[in-house]
Formats: sequence, structure tokens, C-alpha cells
Amino acid sequence: MNIMKKGLQSFGLPRIIIICFFLLLFVLAGVYQMDVQTLLGDVLRRWAMYGILVLAMVPSIQCGIGPNFGLTIGISGGLVGALVSIELRDLGFYVSFDSNPRLSMLVGILVAIILALLISSIMGIFYGLLINRVKGSEMTVSTYVGFSIVAFMNMMWLLLPFKSSTSIWPLGGTGLRNTISLDENFSRVFNNILGFYIGRTYVPTGMIIVFLLTCLCVWLFTRSRSGVIMQAAGANPAYAKAAGINVDKMRIIGTTISTALGGMGIVCYAQSYGFLQLYNAPLMMGFHCVAAALIGGASIGKARILHVILGTFLFQGMIAVALPVANQILPESSLSEVFRIIISNGIILYALSKAKEEIR
Amino acid sequence: MDDEYVLQMQHITKNYGSNQVLYDVSISVKPGEIHALMGENGAGKSTLMNILFGMSMIHSTGGYEGTVLINGEEVKIMSPQQAMEAGIGMVHQEFMLIPGFTVTENIKIGREITTPTIASLVFGKDLEKLDRKKMAQDARQALNTIGMDIDENTRLGTLPVGYMQFVEIAREIDKTGVKLLVFDEPTAVLTESEAERLLEVMRMISSKGIAIIFITHRLREVMDTADSMTVLRDGECVARRTISETNEIEIAELMVGRKIEKLVDDSVKTYDLAGSRVAVSIKDLVVDMPSERVRNVSLDILEGEIFGIGGLAGQGKVGIVNGLMGMYPALGEITVMGECLELDKLGDAIHKGFAFVSEDRRGVGLLLDESIENNIVFNAINIKKEYLSNFGITKLINTRAIRRHAQEMIRILDIRCTGPQQKTGSLSGGNQQKVCLAGALTLNPRVLMVSEPTRGIDIGAKKLILEYLVKLREKEKTTIIIISSELAELRSICDRIAIVSDGRISEILKPDASDADFGLAMSNLRVGGDQK
Repeated sequence: MNIMKKGLQSFGLPRIIIICFFLLLFVLAGVYQMDVQTLLGDVLRRWAMYGILVLAMVPSIQCGIGPNFGLTIGISGGLVGALVSIELRDLGFYVSFDSNPRLSMLVGILVAIILALLISSIMGIFYGLLINRVKGSEMTVSTYVGFSIVAFMNMMWLLLPFKSSTSIWPLGGTGLRNTISLDENFSRVFNNILGFYIGRTYVPTGMIIVFLLTCLCVWLFTRSRSGVIMQAAGANPAYAKAAGINVDKMRIIGTTISTALGGMGIVCYAQSYGFLQLYNAPLMMGFHCVAAALIGGASIGKARILHVILGTFLFQGMIAVALPVANQILPESSLSEVFRIIISNGIILYALSKAKEEIR
Repeated sequence: MDDEYVLQMQHITKNYGSNQVLYDVSISVKPGEIHALMGENGAGKSTLMNILFGMSMIHSTGGYEGTVLINGEEVKIMSPQQAMEAGIGMVHQEFMLIPGFTVTENIKIGREITTPTIASLVFGKDLEKLDRKKMAQDARQALNTIGMDIDENTRLGTLPVGYMQFVEIAREIDKTGVKLLVFDEPTAVLTESEAERLLEVMRMISSKGIAIIFITHRLREVMDTADSMTVLRDGECVARRTISETNEIEIAELMVGRKIEKLVDDSVKTYDLAGSRVAVSIKDLVVDMPSERVRNVSLDILEGEIFGIGGLAGQGKVGIVNGLMGMYPALGEITVMGECLELDKLGDAIHKGFAFVSEDRRGVGLLLDESIENNIVFNAINIKKEYLSNFGITKLINTRAIRRHAQEMIRILDIRCTGPQQKTGSLSGGNQQKVCLAGALTLNPRVLMVSEPTRGIDIGAKKLILEYLVKLREKEKTTIIIISSELAELRSICDRIAIVSDGRISEILKPDASDADFGLAMSNLRVGGDQK
């Protein structure tokens, strides 16, 4: 009895509520005679495509800067990486792979990911330097930096000298489009590797493998000497200092990894979605990722890979099911969007209110 | 007649849970008398004053026994407000002042003089207008009383630190009907000349018939200023003396006292230091650690020596080791076994063979949210790159080796836990301390520095830790520097004990030196009275 109680306690009340709600949504979907199998496929797809973005929360929380509300910085870097990859295709860089369109797309996304990691890492270093100057209010500052970078990039999307006809406004305008189709580049290239149907449920095997491999890499890092040191610096800076660790450096490393994962995450997200979304589309993405990690059981000061895997599944799964179900219940309402706002902001609020207790 | 005393506290006994902090303490003060209250840290001085001021922590922990009489009448003070009304004021060690306000505003805060306005007629007294002129006059008068010629309209933040104390005194004097002022270590943060000035002011105040309770560690100040004194030790009243009938040596002896408990058997101490070379040489060490400032310390510590550093809190003994470890900015020439230590390079000490067990167990010593095993091996992973196994492209931590080592340490140090994976945050203080020690030992240090190793832990754990330190020295020849507020502990295991006072070494003593020598060294006085 006691063990069960303890188990439930460590699992956490919010998770239990959300799992119940999630199940309820599926029951409702059944009641309304919706296609539950397709919905399940949606859940899997969204889980895999958001996974890496949420994973970015782990290094940032572990190095002591809290959840990375400024994930849009990494996302912006990733978008630039993807745009360059598209540009390179137009310039004929991948011609030698043309005989095999699959391979050509794969090369395209790998180039995009490598560029995304590079660009985002550089941005992450500067972001880390900034965060080190505002110790104690990292979360507030990162939120505003996250918003600001979106505004800044809004200008950049108009000014950057991209020429590819897929990316710029059609009919001879200047600047990049709102939504760029990836059909000719790397749309769903990961999703379709080894992808298969169970009934009408599509399993995007490739994307899931990429997500879990990335998780493995981050997990291995947390088990390395640098990872252990970084976690100590995050958990107790005074302790780390006594052990001769440069806490600021560790925070920069954590922030950089987090930002780089954000860059890689958005490329994977875009390939699954089939479109690259610029301008204000990424504005609230950071919040959703923070919320997903928190739902999974992470807190302001502690996060594990398992929290990410579970949290992304619950948060994105719920949204994937809630939208069609809500539309069935109340057609033409924006109830699902309201759901999403309540859940994502509610869970962030809950985690912040818990943060005080932890410090005690 | 009883009412010749302005304050009498009789047979005061106070327990915090099962912990008795005051037992049958009585003090009494006459009007115009300066009464010194002395004792080591933790002797019960602050608790006694908290009772006098009716602080909430006293009443929320079950109140106290005994009686408090003011002017011969029994009172039960339940809140600081009530204490103020009864005419008791306090000059705090940390200033209770607002830097952004003017001197006048600081003096009159909470007791502003106001005139009615239209708004206040409707909404009540809170909206009355400040009568700044009258307030300034009052402030001026209070400042004049203590002979301060600062402008009452200056912003407090622009004044030198030494003046703030006087503003605080002026505020207390300005309160109407003040009969008794408590000075809680007022000279601790002042320079010598400012302290001199403060003592003068205290004499001036007392000559106006206001009684003063003067809490201090400095013997000389007591001898110069006070009329009478009470010494507390371990929560008990040891003695009450009239200053004219006593001397510094007697007071020092009373403060330290011989504690009978012997923590470690002499039989385990067989190590012979003769012919040992110098392990750690410290020259002109200065450390800027807030409230534990080290002003100038030079020491030579021999290889295999157990070297104690004692002294009262706030005098800088903790600062010495924290400075060496690079926790706070430090200057000085340090050599370890002939190697020079770069103080401004973070972690240089730990790389050159120092290990440190911090006095702040929960804040600096441990990762509370991590398991015992991770806490034990962390520094070894970090500094010595041990407990890692090679996987070609990367090295990962070797969980199995860590587990084995942690279990070994748990056995040796008798850490009471459910297993190596228990989080250190849920351990008791003594066991947490053992984990800290285990972590330091895992580094196989050449020099082990333990700061307040037995603070807040039970006697069993205390004995085990001290005995282990002695054994470690016998076996590994490790040089051990131990910092402690408990003299008894230092005297039972150390080869030599340095007493730190005011950021300097006031004396290096053998453990069998007399109580008076220790007491005088702590109060920064030598026999004969030449102040260092």
C-alpha cells in the first residue's frame, strides 16, 4: 500500500491528471465515432517531431539556467541552416545525388542539420554569455530574449540574401515567404525511412529512431565527466566552485548544447511537417517545449531524458487528439487552441509554484 | 530594595525542543550601569536577549521559564513592540537602517511626527502629513546627545559605515523613555578609532542614567568601559563580577573553562613530528570573505601535523581555508610541499593536493539532490579523472566501480543510510558530514582541510570523525588542518593550535596550554596587556 502511495507521489499528481485526460479524449473520440487509428498515428508523428525540441530543455535545466524559454534562438539558427540547405540545392550542390531522389533528400537534411547545429551553437555561446550576466532571473530574461530574437529574425527574413525560388516570395517580391514547402527538399524524409502502417496508424520509424538516438547522445553526455561536472555546477554552484569548476563556463556549455538541439529540433520538426515556417510561427514554441518537459516530470532544477520522452508524448499527444475531438463537440470553435493555452501555461505556472518548495 | 535595578532577569531557563540553551540564568542591571555580557559563541547570549525583546522565535518554541522585572515590576514581554514601550532599545550588529532614507528619516522611522490633513480626516491617521521640521529637530537633538556632528538631512547610504552605528544609537536614544540599551557586538565592524569613539558615546549615554547591556568578545573594551559583567558558558551563568574587582586573566579563564570530556584517547596519538618538513607554508594571507575577513596570516604547518585553527566566530578562522580553496578573493604566498599555489586560479589548491570539507555542509559541501555515491566520487571524477571507463571516442562514468568504492566508504565511516543510492539531502547532519569527509578522502589528499567538522552533529559521529582523522594521519601521513569553534575538540586531537582574532593569528599554543592563555588569545590580549 505504502509503496504504491510513494510510487504515485513520485509520479506526480499533474501527470496522473493529464494521463486521465488523455485517455478521456480517446474515449470521446471513440464515442464520436472518429478514426481513432489515424489519431494514434498523429500522436506518434507529433511525439517524434517535437521530441528533439523538448530534449533541448535537459542540458539547460541541468546546467542551472532553468528551462530554456529562449529556445527560439536555437530555432532561428536551425531555420537559417535549413534555408541554406535549400539554397544549396538550387545552386546545384546535390546534383551528383540526383540519380537517387531519396538519398539526395537525405543529404539535404543532413546538411541542414549540420548547419543548424553550427549556427545555433554560435548563437548559443553568445546567449550563454548573456545569461551569465543575469544570474537569478534567467527565466525572465530568456523569455524576453526568445521573443526579441523572433522580432529580429522577422527583419532578417526580409533582408537575408536568399535567392531560391522555393524560399522567396513568388511574383518577384523580396524577402522570404511565410511558409516554405519542403516537397522538393527534405519533406518527411526521416518519417518515411522504415515507416509502416499498422491498420490505419502510420509509424514514422525513421524519425522515432533519430529522436531516440539524439536522446542517447544526450544521455551519454550526462554520463561523461563533462556532463557530471556540468550537472554539479547546475545543482550547486557553491559546491562546484569549491571543487575548482568554472561554473560560468559550464553554464555556457549547457546553454550552447540546448540551443544547438533547438536548431536540430526545428529541422526535424519541419521535415515531418513538410513546411518551413518563418516569421512569427516559432514565437510560442519555446513555451510549448518547456511545458512538455514539465509535464513529463522535469522541474525548474532537475530534468531527465525520461521526462522528455514521456512529457512530449503526453503534451503533443493530447493536442493531437484534442483538436479533432473539440471540433466534433463544438464545430468551428477554437476550443482546442484554448485547451492548448490552458494546458501549456497552466503546467508552466504549476512548475514555477513548485520551484519555491524545492529550494526549501 | 528591588527597584534599584532597572532590569532583572531571574532564573531564566529556555529549551529549544530537547536542547537546553539556557539554564537558571540571572542578570541584573542598575540605571546608568554598563553591564558586559560575555561568553563564547553559542553560550546563550543571543537567546537571552531574544527573551528580553520578546522575539517570536522564543514564544513559538514554547516560551521560557523565569521572571523578567523592569524597575522591580514583573513583565511578560511578548513582542519587540512591547519591549520598546517598556523602554528597552537595541543597537544591532548588522545595521537595521535604510540606505536610501535620510538620517532624520532613519532615526524617526515608525515614530514619525505628523500633522492632520484633509485626507487624513477622511481616511484616518495613515494619511497624515509628515512634520519634517520637528522630526529634524528631534533627530538633531539625538545626534547632539551622542556628540555627532553629521548633517541630519544627508542620505544614509552616503555615510561611512562607522557612522551608521551612531545613527542607529541616535534612533534608540530618541525613543522616549528609553531606560536600557542593548549593544550587540557593536565594535565588531568598526575600525579602532571608531570603536574608541563608540565606547565614549556609551559612557556618555550611561552617565545620563540609561543602563547598557554590552555584548562583546573584546576583553579590553570590557575592562575600559563596563562597570560589571556576567559570563555565560554553555547556557549557564558562570560568574558575575564587578570590573574593579577582577582582571583580564580571570575573565578569560571564566569564558573558556575546562571542559572535562576527552574526545579522543591519547593512546591513539603516537605520531612523532620531530624532523618533519614543512608541508604548507602560508605567508601574508589576506582573504576577503564577508564576516570572516583574514587580514594577515602567516603559518608554517608540518607534514603529518594535525594543526588546529580556533577562535571566535567572525574573526577569520574560517576565511583562511576558504581563501586557500579559492572560494573568496585572496592574496598571499602559499607553498605546498615546495610548490607554489596560485590563489587566483580557480581549483589550483584542489589540483595541488588539497582536499576541503566545508563548514557549510548543505550549501557548499554536498549535492543534496544527488546520491551518496555520486557525492563521494564527484571530486575524484572531476579532479583525478578516476572512476571513468574508456569507450574509445568517449569516457563514461563507471557505475560499478563507484558503487564499490561508496560501499567501502560507508562501511569505514559507518554512514547510516539505506544504501549508496540514498540522496544526501535526506541524511542526518552527522552522516552528511561523513559523506563530505568520504568525498575528500577519495581524493587521497596531501593536505586535508576540515572546517567545523563537528558542528551540529551528535557526539557519536563527532568521536568517530575525530578518531578517524587521527588514524588517517598515523597511516597516510596526511597533513590535517582542522578549523573549529570548539576548543575542547581542537585540544583533544591537535599538535598545535593557532588562535585567530581579528583576522590575524594572535597566538599559536600547545593543546595543554592553560585556559587563561586560550581565553586571552581569543580576546586578542596577551598577558601583560600589550594589544596586538
